[in-house]
Amino acid sequence: MKKRLQTDKGFTLKTQVMPNGDSQVFLAGELRLQEIKAFEAEVQGGWPQATTGRTSLDLGGLEFIDSAGALAILELQAGLQAQGVICTLDNAPAKIQDILNLIDIRKLAQPPLLGGGREENFITRVGDGFLEFMHDMNQVVSFTGELLLGLAATCVKPRLVRWSDVILYMRRVGVEGLPIISLIALLLGLILAFMSSLQLKQFGANIYVASLLALAMVKELGPIMTAILVAGRSGSAFAAEIGTMKVNEEVDALIVMGMNPMYFLALPKVIATMVTVPLLTIYADLLGIIGGLIVGVTLLDLTVYSYIQETRYILTVFDFVSSFIKSLVFAFLIAAIGCQRGFQVRGGAAAVGTATTSAVVAAIFLIIVVDSIFAIVLTYIPR
Amino acid sequence: MWRGVLGGHGGPPLQRFLHVGRLAWAGTGARPYSDFCMLADYFYLPEEATLTAEQPEPIIRVEHLRAEFGDNLVFEDVSFQVNRGEIFVILGGSGCGKTTLLKHLVGLYRPTAGQVVVNGVDIVRQDPQQMYRMRVGTGMLFQAGALFGSMTLAENIALPLQKYTDLSRETIDLIVKMKLGLVNLSGYENHLPEEISGGMKKRAGLARAMALDPAILFFDEPSAGLDPISAVELDLLIKSLNAGLGTTMVIVTHELQSIFLIAHRIIMLDKQAKGIIAEGDPVYLKDHATDPIVRNFFNRQPMSA
Repeated sequence: MKKRLQTDKGFTLKTQVMPNGDSQVFLAGELRLQEIKAFEAEVQGGWPQATTGRTSLDLGGLEFIDSAGALAILELQAGLQAQGVICTLDNAPAKIQDILNLIDIRKLAQPPLLGGGREENFITRVGDGFLEFMHDMNQVVSFTGELLLGLAATCVKPRLVRWSDVILYMRRVGVEGLPIISLIALLLGLILAFMSSLQLKQFGANIYVASLLALAMVKELGPIMTAILVAGRSGSAFAAEIGTMKVNEEVDALIVMGMNPMYFLALPKVIATMVTVPLLTIYADLLGIIGGLIVGVTLLDLTVYSYIQETRYILTVFDFVSSFIKSLVFAFLIAAIGCQRGFQVRGGAAAVGTATTSAVVAAIFLIIVVDSIFAIVLTYIPR
Repeated sequence: MWRGVLGGHGGPPLQRFLHVGRLAWAGTGARPYSDFCMLADYFYLPEEATLTAEQPEPIIRVEHLRAEFGDNLVFEDVSFQVNRGEIFVILGGSGCGKTTLLKHLVGLYRPTAGQVVVNGVDIVRQDPQQMYRMRVGTGMLFQAGALFGSMTLAENIALPLQKYTDLSRETIDLIVKMKLGLVNLSGYENHLPEEISGGMKKRAGLARAMALDPAILFFDEPSAGLDPISAVELDLLIKSLNAGLGTTMVIVTHELQSIFLIAHRIIMLDKQAKGIIAEGDPVYLKDHATDPIVRNFFNRQPMSA
């Protein structure tokens, strides 16, 4: 329940119609924010009509008003005057008059400087949204290009990048990500093996659980799952970190110190991610296969040897290499999007939040799109 | 004093040390076209020129600067000069574009039209090598210090030194200690920015801006958000550094006290005029300005509505 301000009435309103048709209103007591509602009700209730169009609002008995009370009085006066009644405020004590003087009733009529024209129609919004999307894409592409140039320059001249930062981010992305990736890869292997074994058992094809799992983990699930986890853990962190630095003018400080933020902030993150994500992917592949092995040995009466043999038989070097390359591309996308969204931040804390969300969403979107492209291309590559 | 430093024949030990440092840097500029060579280039200042320059010598020249952001015209036609060694204050009411002008001077913004030459480098063309030269020769103190939060104060200050010099770790540590001493932060080497107060952050930011002994220092509202005592301390620090090192200081502020305390020359910007409405000595302007806006500003009179 909402706790309201107390509404005890602190004021009295007395009206009196003079013999000559004028009316006099005596307002006394205290009129504060919490009494405005009662005041309005009373005013709307019994209000004596001035017959000659003259009302004197006597404020002599007022002991205290706050700015809301003053506004109520002035609004009342303005309302009466709008009806053609001449309304005067009389006998106001000095203190009350000071407060009344503070409020300029004309300023209430000032329209907002920025039009509240948020009522755009559907088509305008679609158009705006599309333009924004194109602008966004434009920025992503040019940022990616700059980043690739930076990577190339780093290959030629490694001194451009602070390698201590690279190590730091490798630890953040890789080592600190190991527990969650282990857990998810292992469980995924277990679940996948268990669910598929239920079906394959019916055909006595238990041994194919091994090949199913090996192919699924190495070709698709390992790279994608690792990439999505890293996007959530690290892509967002990159965006938040750079975004906050942008808000604190730290990025400007870097530029003024003659340090290219691209080399100083973005490249260490991108390089670290590109080194660690492929390794994490292979690690996730292995753990997924181990998960399958556990199910195979405990539930399907397979021997460890036969499971591993089957896995080795079905997997080719090409699978591993393509998985490696794929995760390399994913890593680049995650880090690049994270950094780009960070650099895009303008304004304050809310913008950092938006950038973080957008970094994760855009990274996952791109991961899936690129993965589908890989799926098609890899299928038709002759080996 | 500044010439003395460059001449290198005397001055306090600190300045002698700096001079030796300069020679060391200049002397190792052996690798052509490397970053470091450019640094050596910068420090290889023409001594005669600085020694004879008794008359004002412009170090920053802004000509017919025009700045637009979308439909928003901020400056229509701004021209002024800053002389070597002076404390130059850009002032004006809120929202008149003081910080915007400063960002044009350090090359964070690019003007729509006009010319900005800082330390002999044309900022508008943004030629990378030239910009690099200009960056090494200038430092900037941001409003909140803009220290890198993940690094200690010592690491923050060492950053430009590591990037632009080949000095050994020990020498850099020594320079860092010296800079911290200059801004009265001795002993705070290993503090993180979050562990110190706002005023200290600004002073640490100043130490970082001065790390390379730039010829020009830019300040964005140095006294904003400081209590009166810290503000005065910072002003006095700026004044003493200017007197001691001869660094040209360009300061954006609206604090009258600090203007009268430190400014040699000021320009005043105005939102309506979209440019400069006054230029000169603040004490003189206070009493003799003809423009009512300027006079009211200096005498703390509100613009009557």
